[in-house]
Amino acid sequence: MKDLFAVIMLSGIYGLLSASFFVAMDAVDVAFTEASVGAGISTLLMLAAITMTGRSEHPVRHKPVLALAVVIVTGSLLIYGTLDMPYFGSAEAPVHQHVAPRYINDSMQEVGVPNIVTSVLASYRGFDTFGEVVVIFTAGMGVLALLSVVRHPKGVAGDIEEIDSLNKSMHEEHLILRIVAKMLIPFILLFALYVQFHGDYGPGGGFQAGVIFAAAIILYTMLFGMSTARRVINQSLIQLFAAIGVLVYGSVGVISLLEGKHFLDYSALSADPVAGQHLGILLIELGVGITVASVMVIIFFNFAGRKDDQQNKENNES
Amino acid sequence: MILGLYNYWIVVVLMMVGFYIVIAHGNLIKKIVGLTIFQTSVFIFYISMAKVDGGTAPILAEGIKQYSNPLPHVLILTAIVVGIATTALGLALTVRIKEAYGSIEEEEIQEKDNLDC
Repeated sequence: MKDLFAVIMLSGIYGLLSASFFVAMDAVDVAFTEASVGAGISTLLMLAAITMTGRSEHPVRHKPVLALAVVIVTGSLLIYGTLDMPYFGSAEAPVHQHVAPRYINDSMQEVGVPNIVTSVLASYRGFDTFGEVVVIFTAGMGVLALLSVVRHPKGVAGDIEEIDSLNKSMHEEHLILRIVAKMLIPFILLFALYVQFHGDYGPGGGFQAGVIFAAAIILYTMLFGMSTARRVINQSLIQLFAAIGVLVYGSVGVISLLEGKHFLDYSALSADPVAGQHLGILLIELGVGITVASVMVIIFFNFAGRKDDQQNKENNES
Repeated sequence: MILGLYNYWIVVVLMMVGFYIVIAHGNLIKKIVGLTIFQTSVFIFYISMAKVDGGTAPILAEGIKQYSNPLPHVLILTAIVVGIATTALGLALTVRIKEAYGSIEEEEIQEKDNLDC
């Protein structure tokens, strides 16, 4: 397919399909994340990227026969390798023998959170999750370093002018979309908060909530324009928030260190170990949510802002 | 029954589709889409390993004996979000390459590089 727009739309549909597949495989938390990330944010970011890189592909290919041969050989070797694997759905598979029974049987006493995925994510493997949050933060900083532009062409007065003209044009284009979005955005934000704080009991948690929260802000930006969104959401503030999320997570770990326990051992946070676990999970999920939401918004703003700047440059030159 | 392994075969097919796109296409955006397909096939690999026959979602409730394995779910949940962050970084690089070279086709970029030396 030569039209990249169609390619990206298809990959969005693929993301949604794999999310429904994850529901069928009992992985509700994962499905939640995949639906918001694979079908939502990643499609959006790719679309933002092709607005800058052009939407058609040149039909040149590197030796397709050679590539096909490599792929077929690798594929058959991998399929040969699966012959020793345990059968699908078998309860005796090695993966179910090691630590998983401990999580399933003891997590209620040790952590006191019904959603095992949350208790493993935030408590048993809290250190891993910390590393992942730092990776997301670093990726956000990377995008910022690559795409960020110094904005000075118009200043605040120019921005207000632009917003005025946008508001006037609002009566002509996307009227229904804008009004429906205005009604929907509070509910999307509310739903994100629900997902954030209900993650202990049902599917959800900081990662999903952060992405949904960012989606609401991105929806607003797309319909009301970058300059309106820039006035509502301060760029440097959101960058600060991305760092605060990581800091909240890290300082929970440091507090337990200062109390004489291991890093991220939440029983240090309260006299009752289970209450300490609850508090610790709440705090670090909050940190995760803040970082994920701000990094997603930063990434989108930088893609969209770059596009605006390119247009400005072209207008100035012509 | 050897057919009990079909989940791995689906994963291998998806993975090879993604791999083919990455090596056979010169367009950088398509390469990133190919990487995403490759990545999702690994997610499906982990999640299908976690499935236990007759199990339910790993949220503790009264009267349920068999749960699916929560550990792969945790690994993949974080992997998805890290995946989107790195994809965004890749797209950002693509945008900068477009600005620097005026093209996102691998061969044209190569030609321009060769002219420079």
